[in-house]
Amino acid sequence: MSRDLGSSADVSQANQTRAEIWQSRPWQERFKEGLRAGIPLAIVTLVIAISFGVVARPVLGVAAPIVMSAVIFAGPTQFAALAVLAVGGGPVTAIGAGVLLGARYAPMGLTLAPSLRGGVLRRAAAGQAIIDLAWVTASRRSVRPDPVFMIGATVPTYPPWVLGTAIGVIGGGLIGQPERFGLDAVVPAVLLALLFGGQLRPQRQMFAAALLGGALALALLPVAPAGVPVIASCLGALVGLWGAAPADPTAPAGAGRRDSGPGVDPAIARPREGGP
Amino acid sequence: MSDVWITIAALAVATAVLRASGPVLLGGKSYPPRVWAVMALIAPAVLAALIVTETVGEGTSIVLDERLAGLAAAVAAVVMRAPILAVLVIAATATATLRVII
Repeated sequence: MSRDLGSSADVSQANQTRAEIWQSRPWQERFKEGLRAGIPLAIVTLVIAISFGVVARPVLGVAAPIVMSAVIFAGPTQFAALAVLAVGGGPVTAIGAGVLLGARYAPMGLTLAPSLRGGVLRRAAAGQAIIDLAWVTASRRSVRPDPVFMIGATVPTYPPWVLGTAIGVIGGGLIGQPERFGLDAVVPAVLLALLFGGQLRPQRQMFAAALLGGALALALLPVAPAGVPVIASCLGALVGLWGAAPADPTAPAGAGRRDSGPGVDPAIARPREGGP
Repeated sequence: MSDVWITIAALAVATAVLRASGPVLLGGKSYPPRVWAVMALIAPAVLAALIVTETVGEGTSIVLDERLAGLAAAVAAVVMRAPILAVLVIAATATATLRVII
């Protein structure tokens, strides 16, 4: 499915406005779109899960890694805890490392929060669908990520996450080291593909935020505990405070879409609610 | 209960709480436009940070290895507008090939 937001003004505007004003569209449709977007993510997830199973087996045995994937369902958290346990670290250190890597879910959840209605339990349940790949996909699609689309994109990744872990644990002996197949390069490559999302000339502010976030992470990587660089990178988003003040969110979309002046992300200048 | 199971149980709860935190604390409230301007940029900032840590990170140190070649291949694939699964395969192949050669 094309998520091209940049090449042809008319087509991209139609596409993005469609994705952007998701509030007015039936949830079933958005959920199905999420499911479709989740299929490639599921394959990526399977590959990562197999890697996890392979490296977890010698440390945790057979049952624990599979249960871990089933109840935690968070790659970075699981890999971090595993790394601590593998070098003989205690549970407190392992839990601490896992929590630091999982802390990114808090700011991710904040971007979803305004779109979530309903009671506390319902909102808490929706938050459980936050995984890096699905949240990123939803965020790249519309400024205000659609929780229904994100849940749809997360659903297909759960079975391969658990199943892949089992495959890795049981078949690990046959597979050998995941690095042999370059599987450790899969995650950054896929994230890169998602960062561009078919859009080769990102808006200036997005580019600035990405550059700053990446630089912060690189600077903190050798000095801060694992997980902190990613959380600190959120500060890169503060470039959003610079540049022209955001346009009136009720202004009609269209005029000046392709070049909306210095520093203004056109996506932000568009109506988000389908009306005032 | 062994250390491993304590870790798993605690992380299952902690992860669920972290995932619920944003939606529970701020659910249904709308942000002012300036806040949205910042929120909308969290994704690219975090994404870039994830790419950095996954490519050159090894625990808490910077390690430059064959993953960089995988990322370079991925950049080329993305520029040529390859679909996401092709990007995956290309990056893995480049990394694995370089490991065989070196």
